[in-house]
Amino acid sequence: MNNTKIESIVGRYNGDATRLMDILIDIQDEMGCIPDDSIQQLSRILDISKVDIEQTLTFYHFLSKTPRGKFTIYLNNSAVANMFGRKEVAQAFEDAAGCKFGEVTSDGLIGLFNTSCIGMNDQEPAAIINNAVFTRLTPFRAKEIIRDLRKGKSIPELFVAGYGDGNNSSDLIHAVVNNHIMKKGAVLAENYELGISTHRAMEMSPEAVIEEVKKSNIRGRGGAGFPTGLKWEFCRKSPGEKHFVFCNADEGEPGTFKDRVILTEKPDMIFEGMTIGAYAIGAEEGILYLRYEYKYLQDFLEKHLEDLRQKNLLGKNILGNPDFNFDIRIQFGAGAYVCGEESALLESAEGKRGEPRDRPPFPVEKGYLQQPTIVNNVETFCSVVKVIQNGGDWYRTLGTKESSGTKLLSVSGDCRFPGVYEVEWGFSVNDILDMVGTDKDQVQAVQVGGPSGSCIAPNEFSRILCFTDLATGGSLIIIGKHRNLLRDIALNFTDFFIEESCGSCTPCRALTPILRNKLVKIIEGKGVMSDLRDLENWSKIMKTNRCGLGQTAVNPILSSLKNFRDLYTSKIQQDVAYDQGFRMDEAVAEACQATYRGFNY
Amino acid sequence: MKKAVIATTSLAGCFGCHMSLLDIDAKILDLIELVEFDKSPINDLKTFTRECDIGLIEGGCCNSENVEVLKDFRKHCKILISVGECAIMGGLPALRNNIPVKECLEEAYLNGPSVAGNNEAGIIPNDDELPILLNKVYPCHDIVKIDYHLPGCPPRAGLIWEALYALLTNQKIDLPYELVKYD
Ligand SMILES: Cc1cc2nc3c(=O)[nH]c(=O)nc-3n(C[C@H](O)[C@H](O)[C@H](O)COP(=O)(O)O)c2cc1C
Ligand code: SF4
Ligand code: SF4
Repeated sequence: MNNTKIESIVGRYNGDATRLMDILIDIQDEMGCIPDDSIQQLSRILDISKVDIEQTLTFYHFLSKTPRGKFTIYLNNSAVANMFGRKEVAQAFEDAAGCKFGEVTSDGLIGLFNTSCIGMNDQEPAAIINNAVFTRLTPFRAKEIIRDLRKGKSIPELFVAGYGDGNNSSDLIHAVVNNHIMKKGAVLAENYELGISTHRAMEMSPEAVIEEVKKSNIRGRGGAGFPTGLKWEFCRKSPGEKHFVFCNADEGEPGTFKDRVILTEKPDMIFEGMTIGAYAIGAEEGILYLRYEYKYLQDFLEKHLEDLRQKNLLGKNILGNPDFNFDIRIQFGAGAYVCGEESALLESAEGKRGEPRDRPPFPVEKGYLQQPTIVNNVETFCSVVKVIQNGGDWYRTLGTKESSGTKLLSVSGDCRFPGVYEVEWGFSVNDILDMVGTDKDQVQAVQVGGPSGSCIAPNEFSRILCFTDLATGGSLIIIGKHRNLLRDIALNFTDFFIEESCGSCTPCRALTPILRNKLVKIIEGKGVMSDLRDLENWSKIMKTNRCGLGQTAVNPILSSLKNFRDLYTSKIQQDVAYDQGFRMDEAVAEACQATYRGFNY
Repeated sequence: MKKAVIATTSLAGCFGCHMSLLDIDAKILDLIELVEFDKSPINDLKTFTRECDIGLIEGGCCNSENVEVLKDFRKHCKILISVGECAIMGGLPALRNNIPVKECLEEAYLNGPSVAGNNEAGIIPNDDELPILLNKVYPCHDIVKIDYHLPGCPPRAGLIWEALYALLTNQKIDLPYELVKYD
């Protein structure tokens, strides 16, 4: 029965095995799961081994060999969701559905699953149900949703209270998501006019475009901060049959959601930035690698691409230039934070497990399909549009000397006005705290740059957001005094990295859980002084991991240990030198119960 | 020179490590020149009679008694050595660590091929005299501080000898490749 269905899905991608991600996603969407027989069939049609298919399939959170329910509820499990009542919402879902998280109800109607941050930190707790996002959930709302689904309502019928702000309520999105744009700068400004920058770029030579980008001093907005002009120059100079432009819209760092807002409000600007990039490096194909969590934006983005083709801003002979053809397609991920790492992203786009590559060679030399490729963040491309429009010199007047331009911040946690703030580089954490409505006496810590960044204490709030002091991909999570920093933040973040590790490097795969268990031991009051030394010393080996995920996976522990040492030492057993956490009463409990035996030590 | 005092025990082990100790052959005579044995299955001494210099531990901890014995060793020995895979990692017994204790007991006393049909009353022994199973098998260093680890299943006789000799004579241990090669 499924044979023809699978053949037609594969046909959509011309039987191209490098499009395995799209094929698997379509099968999952249309059949609810990817069962063994379809793997067998795929293997035959695509002429790749079953194992190759399975290793891709099993890598991604949103792909599954077994049914996940007619309605699949993915409830975000990030720290901020938990800060705002996720536990109660989860309980309400379980009670109402009659199954636990990780399970599907016996009638196959509802599946409950946990998922990592879905980019809605300013409106938590949030969940994705069959690709639609539900925000600010309450236990009441959770029960209501299950009740309505049981009554046979469709997903659109569940939205009772209207849609979100801006384009979120446009026909092609219809999401309850809110942008919460709190402050606009160069990128989010209203005065953007589509096409001006492309025109201007094409009056220049590709080399001159790169020069202008270099002159602007702009550095990547995805976190690593590599100079964009330099990256483009390397890529242009790399020999290859084709060159490729990738926009990294994987936005997986918990607490970051600014790319979602740009995608919703300024999609043309992203595509224009990619077009300028293509012109500069000499590419004809561009790919927007979009995280699956943002699937609800698909129709909207496709429409914008279509409109750009109509306007001759994409497609053949762009703006009449006989030598410039460029088009963009959207490549979805399927739930894997590590795919935000540029080389893992390329692997994923080639239909494989999102496992980071060894570097060098860097993507600018051997990227997508082993051809020279630039990978840039959503915000980087938008900033380039401004650079080309107004000139590199103008751009450098914004921000600080080393960090030019503006930065979109995703602010969430304990503040009155969570949302997106576009500020010039050079603001201090204190400035931001004032802006977002916090009572500074009540702030315990600010997590800068997400879990892989650092958790700073009030004595560092005067530090400056810029590449030379507090560099950040843009996430700021404000943590109030009433929060349990170790349990609710450090532990949650560490669990996130354990969940998201691709497993290639031993320290990332094995040491992170070992250090996590030490943290738990300390939280439980079973820690000893040597545990703190072990945390510090053992974590040094994490530097040997291949990618940024592993290299920063114990940052939540290390930076809280550095900046909030008292929280640790106050939990340490003072007069005990050695304790691995073994407790006889806990260890014999199971056997006592099984044998109806009392136990008294 | 005063002889050093050694104690040994087998917790959740198979006695293979003790066999390996005896396997040092004629060197046992040299060993006896250097040490006296206190509590140990080798001389069948059941309790400590004095403070010891070195305790050799075979096997991990699978029940409450193992834990008591191990803690007792820590109390009486200046240096504790985990001898063999079981003491260091839990070893073969730890294969049960992913199975709930209840299931293990039921397999052993109610459902296993050698007992099925022979235990009509469905009794799982639970006399207070019996040690209680732990939820999993623990390596020794999860319970008490262990000073040295001698790997192998069992560690080669030569390795045990070299380690003891180095400790007793305060010399650097000689570890030729053959002693720490495991395939
Ligand atoms: C584990 C990991 C996750 C990442 N996730 C993202 C992401 O979601 N978005 C992003 O733009 N960059 C992400 N990066 C950084 C990319 O590897 C890369 O540096 C960036 O996309 C380059 O673009 P830029 O120079 O414009 O910043 C991630 C890096 C690592 C190590
Ligand atoms: S560091 Fe972690 S995520 Fe990165 S490649 Fe190694 S195992 Fe994979
Ligand atoms: S390590 Fe090997 S020889 Fe020693 S007790 Fe365990 S199973 Fe027996």
